[in-house]
Formats: sequence, structure tokens, C-alpha cells
Amino acid sequence: MTDDRLLFKVADLLQGDLAVTPRPFAALAEQLGCSEDDVLKAIMDMQSKGIMRRFGAVLRHQQAGYTCNAMAAWQCPPGKENEVGEIMASYPQVSHCYQRQVPEDFPYQLFTMIHARSEAELQQVLKSMAAATDINDYALLRSVKEYKKVSMRYQLEERLRPGPKEEV
Amino acid sequence: MKQLDNHDRILLDYLQNHFPIKAAPFLDLAEQLGITEAEVISRVQALKQRGVIRRIGAVLDARALGYHSTLCACRAEPEQLDRVAAAVSALPGVTHNYQRDHDYNLWFTVTAPTAEAVDELLQELRQETGVAMVAMPAVSIYKIDARFEMSVKDDR
Repeated sequence: MTDDRLLFKVADLLQGDLAVTPRPFAALAEQLGCSEDDVLKAIMDMQSKGIMRRFGAVLRHQQAGYTCNAMAAWQCPPGKENEVGEIMASYPQVSHCYQRQVPEDFPYQLFTMIHARSEAELQQVLKSMAAATDINDYALLRSVKEYKKVSMRYQLEERLRPGPKEEV
Repeated sequence: MKQLDNHDRILLDYLQNHFPIKAAPFLDLAEQLGITEAEVISRVQALKQRGVIRRIGAVLDARALGYHSTLCACRAEPEQLDRVAAAVSALPGVTHNYQRDHDYNLWFTVTAPTAEAVDELLQELRQETGVAMVAMPAVSIYKIDARFEMSVKDDR
């Protein structure tokens, strides 16, 4: 098995849920027909290549006590996006921070997902972000109803097919 | 529901930030925390059962894998919202789908192998629901890090 084939096979299995047993990676190795060391090495390889952002526990933030969550979208003066984006990204309560292409009827380019443990903490973070960036015009979009929230399941087998993978 | 104790909180921080890539990861964590491997395993199982831990595994980088992911939104009539939301959620590439308190009242993410595939999915959704779908693709990414500090004392 080539290195890349093994990487994608390991990545494919690790999109699932690791067994909580004394030797969880040995079980995966057996499934893949490689050694436990191969699996551990593949994980470290993928982390250094940037394919895997991290390996570990993914929490449900509500159950973890982060009950006040909101998306805030900020109206950023043109040309200031990078400066403001970096400031907003530095808040530990901000999990995602993006500049986005937006339609005319939604003139808020900088998106932040904020997770707080109380309404007071959420308000305090918003106030602090506004003061630190000198932006007071923002849309606060609270979630009213969660229709769907799942982890992405990438179709990595596509990458394991032999031959060129040009798209038709 | 039982409150998380200090051991749970410290364990959750380790599991998110320093999961040992080692043959016996729970034994390694046990040694760092000064508890037994059996206790680590039973605490992790309990945290999964209570729904605090969604899963333990790889967080892959969509872009590094060549995938395209876009935030999208639409304005649905209130009485149509559940129907439109159901059509959106039915797509396998949709991972997040929320009603939000704004004129744009439905927000969702679409992930697909190419940018064209994302556009096609939005076109199909428009035809199926009769509602215009707006894509707001990322221009710059400043942060993606959905980890939650658990052992830092909160304000309550």
C-alpha cells in the first residue's frame, strides 16, 4: 500500500468515532491490514501536511455548558478586513471568523461564531469586540431552531480509485 | 443532570487539545492526570453517553482535501420555513442548518467536491423550493477552531 493510499484509508476511518478501549488504534490497524505504528504515523503525517487540523474530542457545545451562541456579522470599512479579522479571531469565544462575499441587502462582511456560557458573557464579548475594532454596526443572528448539525463525511474513497481523477 | 467535576473538565481539555497519538492513549492521559486508565475510560464513556462528547476522531481540513464549503442563506416565508429547511437538510453536503432571527431566516453550509457542485446544489434547491438561495463564499479565513475551554472557571 502506498503512503498516500494508507493516509486516506486511515483518514476515512477516523472520520468516525474512535473506540474508547485501551488499544483503539490497534483495532483500526487490524481493519486496514497494517500495523498500529502505521496508523499512528499516518495521523502524525496528516497533521503535518495540514489534511488533519487536529485529532481529538469534538464536543457538543450546548451540553458542554456553552449555551449562548450567536453568529455576529460585522460591517467592516473597506481595506480593514484583515486587521479587524485578526483581532476578532483572537477571542477564545470566537470559533470561526471569515470575510465573506455578501449580497447588497446584507452589508456585513466579517462573520464570527461566538460561543458563551451566559448571556452576560455573550454581551460582554460583543461589546469588547466592537470597542477593539471600532465597529458598532453588526447583525446579531441568534439561532432559533437547529434543523441539522452533523460532522462532514468526506468521500475519501473517490481518491483511492486507480487512474486519473479528472472530472467529466 | 450531574455537573461536570474538575477531573471531567481537565480531561475534556486534554481530549480536545492534547489527545495522545500513542498506542495506549487513555493510559497516557491517565498518567498525566494522576488517575487510573480504567477511570479515564469510564469517564470518557460517561461523557459520550451524556452527549458532551460528540465523537473522538479526526477533524479534517475541507480545503486541504480539495472540498469547497460555503455559507448560504435564504428568506423563506414563515409558513414555508419548515418545508424549505427540510429540503435543505436532505442534502448530504449540508452539515449545519439553522433558523436565525433575521430577514434572512435560514442559514446553512454546503460542502461539495467542487465550487460548481455547490452552485448546482443551490440551483436544485431553488427549483425544488421556489426560494432564492444566496451563497456567501469565504474571501479570507481568519479562524476555524471549534474547541471549547472547559477547565477555565466561568462567570456563573
